[in-house]
Amino acid sequence: MDKITTYRLSGIAASPGFAIGKAYRLQQEPYVPAEGKAADIQNELERFRRAVDLARQELEKIRSMTEARMGAAKAEIFEAHLMLLEDPDLIDAIIDKIENEGANAEFALYEVSSGFIEALSSMDNELLRERAADVRDVSGRIMSGLRGVPYASVSSIHEPCVLVAEDLTPSDTAQLNLDYVLGFVTEIGSRTSHSAIMARSLEVPAIVGAGQEAGRIETGTPVILDALEGTVIVDPTAEELSMYQARKAEYDERRRELRKLLDEPTLSQDGHRVELAANIGSVEDLQKVLENGAEGIGLLRTEFLYMGRSSLPGEEEQFQVYKHVLERMNGKPVVIRTLDIGGDKELPYMKLPEESNPFLGLRAVRLCLSKPDLFRTQLRALFRASVYGNLKIMFPMIAVREELLEAKRLLQEEKEKLIREGTQVSDSIEVGIMIEIPAAALAADQLVKEVDFFSIGTNDLIQYTMAADRMNENVSYLYQPCHPSILRLIRMVIQAAEKEGKWVGMCGEMAGDENAVPILLGMGLHEFSMSAGSILPTRALIKRLSRREWADYSEQVLAMSSNDSIVQFVKQKTRSDLT
Amino acid sequence: MISQTYTVLNPSGFHARPTKEFVQTAGTFPCKVSVMKGGKKVNGKSSLSMLTLGIQKNDEVTLEVDGEQEEQALSQLGGLLTKIFEE
Repeated sequence: MDKITTYRLSGIAASPGFAIGKAYRLQQEPYVPAEGKAADIQNELERFRRAVDLARQELEKIRSMTEARMGAAKAEIFEAHLMLLEDPDLIDAIIDKIENEGANAEFALYEVSSGFIEALSSMDNELLRERAADVRDVSGRIMSGLRGVPYASVSSIHEPCVLVAEDLTPSDTAQLNLDYVLGFVTEIGSRTSHSAIMARSLEVPAIVGAGQEAGRIETGTPVILDALEGTVIVDPTAEELSMYQARKAEYDERRRELRKLLDEPTLSQDGHRVELAANIGSVEDLQKVLENGAEGIGLLRTEFLYMGRSSLPGEEEQFQVYKHVLERMNGKPVVIRTLDIGGDKELPYMKLPEESNPFLGLRAVRLCLSKPDLFRTQLRALFRASVYGNLKIMFPMIAVREELLEAKRLLQEEKEKLIREGTQVSDSIEVGIMIEIPAAALAADQLVKEVDFFSIGTNDLIQYTMAADRMNENVSYLYQPCHPSILRLIRMVIQAAEKEGKWVGMCGEMAGDENAVPILLGMGLHEFSMSAGSILPTRALIKRLSRREWADYSEQVLAMSSNDSIVQFVKQKTRSDLT
Repeated sequence: MISQTYTVLNPSGFHARPTKEFVQTAGTFPCKVSVMKGGKKVNGKSSLSMLTLGIQKNDEVTLEVDGEQEEQALSQLGGLLTKIFEE
């Protein structure tokens, strides 16, 4: 008999695929006990020691499993956790509170650990602030033992599950064990939020922004994630389960079919060639790039070199990373974007003043030009690496020509310095800019004379054109990549470049969006750079499209008045292409 | 009781790894180990308390040991305070 508890939630399909399994709810609200007295002090001490022992056993188990599966380096975090269980100032202080103040174990644990968490969270050093999370994690684990409830954290997952959370932080996503996490659903988030981007790069099915209801899914409840439609089915019926198992099998089969396009060039039905490249944000992403048949890297974000540490990376360290990427790509083009920090990405150790509108503030190339030493270090590292592959350098967030000229001046100076020092530098490095500010798109015909290429960054271009903060859910309806305003700006950029014989790429989310790709192909975009996982589906799509036909259609859509009508038009035309 | 002041040379200060080594070594000595920075004094056998000192490169840190084997403790632990750790 079917159960009657089934219900559905809808959210944003952030990373495609299906996941079928039991929910694992990540408890993010720490348990706060009421102040309580121990009824029997000896018994309370015994309870506390048992909870610490239990925590130790769990941690040792997780540590050895992590070490076996992911290596000693990943297991190190659990070593640190185990050490906390031995820490005299933590453990003895709790015991003291129970023994001498008669507090119950929960309250003593809460009081002592909160003191350390507060002390560490207020340090002006990111690494130390992260240690606060370790204390929170370990004391949460002991607290769960005291209360006799299972402890929930990303790192303690060791059976297959669909993860349910309010949101996932970068460190949560870094710790996800993909052997077990079949997919995830979050209460908040948008297509461009951190967790969504990470999910696509990890190729794990994900639905974000499913609302508070999602947070109420209990651990152990069977769920189905349809991350193509953005639907979560909670406690599905037997029929639904078998239907979705079939859909999942079909989807997996289609993915196997796509693998056949791995080494093929990207040609439209009428023989027009474009380049499909990948966006990457760390060296670890390289494997995915190579596995997914990318024809190059259209965007290498260099922020990872600067984040999660306590001081700026030096020239040698940067050089080694750039060289490694260029060598791994074996002569394929690699567009490296200079530091794009600011906005939602901060570097605590630089102690930059707080700004009331960080997205409109001193970020990206603006910051680099105001701190030329930092910028020069990166440029030198890039030049030194340039002889190891096909490097292209790109400046983010150019608003006006003067910024570009100043960046190029510093570039030229560093190049000449290196040559004078006798260092080998490639002579064929192309230099381009991102077009992500409407002012740059509108002046593309002037900027083009100073560059070798443009790359359109649609996430920011849409944010700035629509004046809608991409992190703000209340205005997320304005994220409209196919709105005529956006399409007109894109066409202006492509036409300006074409006049001067320069190439144009796109490295925003839009480049891998099946509703936008046909229009962009029609407009004459040369390079599409996207998450590695989108490359093969996009290659399959382009193979079915006629460039000539879409050149006409893309003119037609510019006369339409809304994002929806344009998407509708594309859907209808691509469907008829299929039949 | 004996004490000495050191300048920390490790580029990223005294974070997870150096602290771990220091605390583990301190734990092998029977004497009391205290570390002081800027008027704050903590138990050198507790990694948590050590972290709350927020020791950075070039910080002046005073090591104070009291009890059995204090001479050896001072020389070994002092060595760790000035050691450069491979990151």
